Amino acid sequence: MSALSSLFVREMKLATRVGGGALMGALFFLIVVTVVPFGVGPDLNLLARIGPAILWIGALLATLLSLDRLFQADRDDGGLDLILMGETPLELVVLVKCLAHWTATGLPLVIASPVLAIFMNMEPVAIGATTLTLAVGTPALTFVGAIGAALTVSLRRGGLLLAILVLPLTVPVMIFGVSAATAAVQEPVPFATPFSILAALGLFSMVLGPIAGAAALRFAGD
Amino acid sequence: MSTSVKRLIGRSLSLDRGGRRVLQDLSFEAVAGSALVVTGSNGAGKSTLLRLIAGLLRPVAGEISVEGGDPELTIPQQCHYFGHMDALKPQLSVEENLGFWRTFAGTPDDTVIEALDRVGLARLATLPAAYLSAGQRRRLAFARLLVTKRPIWLLDEPTSALDAASEARLLEIVGEHLTAGGLVVAATHLALPFERMDSLRLGASVVEAA
Repeated sequence: MSALSSLFVREMKLATRVGGGALMGALFFLIVVTVVPFGVGPDLNLLARIGPAILWIGALLATLLSLDRLFQADRDDGGLDLILMGETPLELVVLVKCLAHWTATGLPLVIASPVLAIFMNMEPVAIGATTLTLAVGTPALTFVGAIGAALTVSLRRGGLLLAILVLPLTVPVMIFGVSAATAAVQEPVPFATPFSILAALGLFSMVLGPIAGAAALRFAGD
Repeated sequence: MSTSVKRLIGRSLSLDRGGRRVLQDLSFEAVAGSALVVTGSNGAGKSTLLRLIAGLLRPVAGEISVEGGDPELTIPQQCHYFGHMDALKPQLSVEENLGFWRTFAGTPDDTVIEALDRVGLARLATLPAAYLSAGQRRRLAFARLLVTKRPIWLLDEPTSALDAASEARLLEIVGEHLTAGGLVVAATHLALPFERMDSLRLGASVVEAA
């Protein structure tokens, strides 16, 4: 087994065992989406209209919530020092950690979203479109969030700071995610236009996140 | 060890921590087969020096070089750093913890079971690391040095939290590493029972032969 695949396997084990918090994000997502209909009231048309936005806000907050421990756990136990010293490029380590983190916490959000969309009285087409945009958009949130996680790695209670730091970078992802989801059911914008920009943001952050995250981690040692 | 490191040399190193000069114009030389023992009072910069060699801190002035070794690798990549923190995940079992570092670090040496046997933890291989005592955690962390082959061992208070028997076994393993032509830089207060040893006293910044 190569270094990176063993890292992926370890991260998945850590996330899914006791105290790993793999489903914490999904539970938070559930809370956000469940309370909205109670707060907004039983206006079914309104719920259907704001449904994609609520799902996206819930997914964004759930992703940010779980990101602060991405590198901090490794720093606290000294493992990060050994990773920094090793031969495996740090950029690839960050990439693999993000992929494992998304598989453990982002993928459950995507899987849960069609079920939670029923709470929001969304049409089948809108449910499909929102799920698809979340599947493409949540990895982007993870990669962008990794930059914040790397910058705040040495700070206790860095979670909120992380969220504020990466907020400007996550907002475009959310804007295009929500507009693609609503474009699927509303005229006149075609679904493909905002969706391809969302996909581009995902690919862009997949490159930027690991490079910027690795640079931040190198300086965190000092 | 085809590409063994012959010498690890530091030249007039200076380093600041938090705006305060911790190391000033420090030079040292560690030779293969001999342990360089770094002593000094608390705060004299022993751990800082080891982290500096490990590439985790950057010097303000001076440089560290090696003679011999693999030219493809940087100095930190040829070092094992055994610091105060154990790099163990409590959720993973003893063998999973060690197995991860074995595959992650490349150049595998002993198998996981062999290494656990050498540090006396073979019986606990399937136990989650959360249940280990401080001394057992320390031994498991030390087993990491055995599962991957690296010529330079940086040991920071290697025997803390260990009982007398474990301490003797650890020093024996370090001795074997030295006999095999390895290089050791250790920060410790102990009298180490090695034949060839140099000492470096920090705070006074003079190298004296033992």
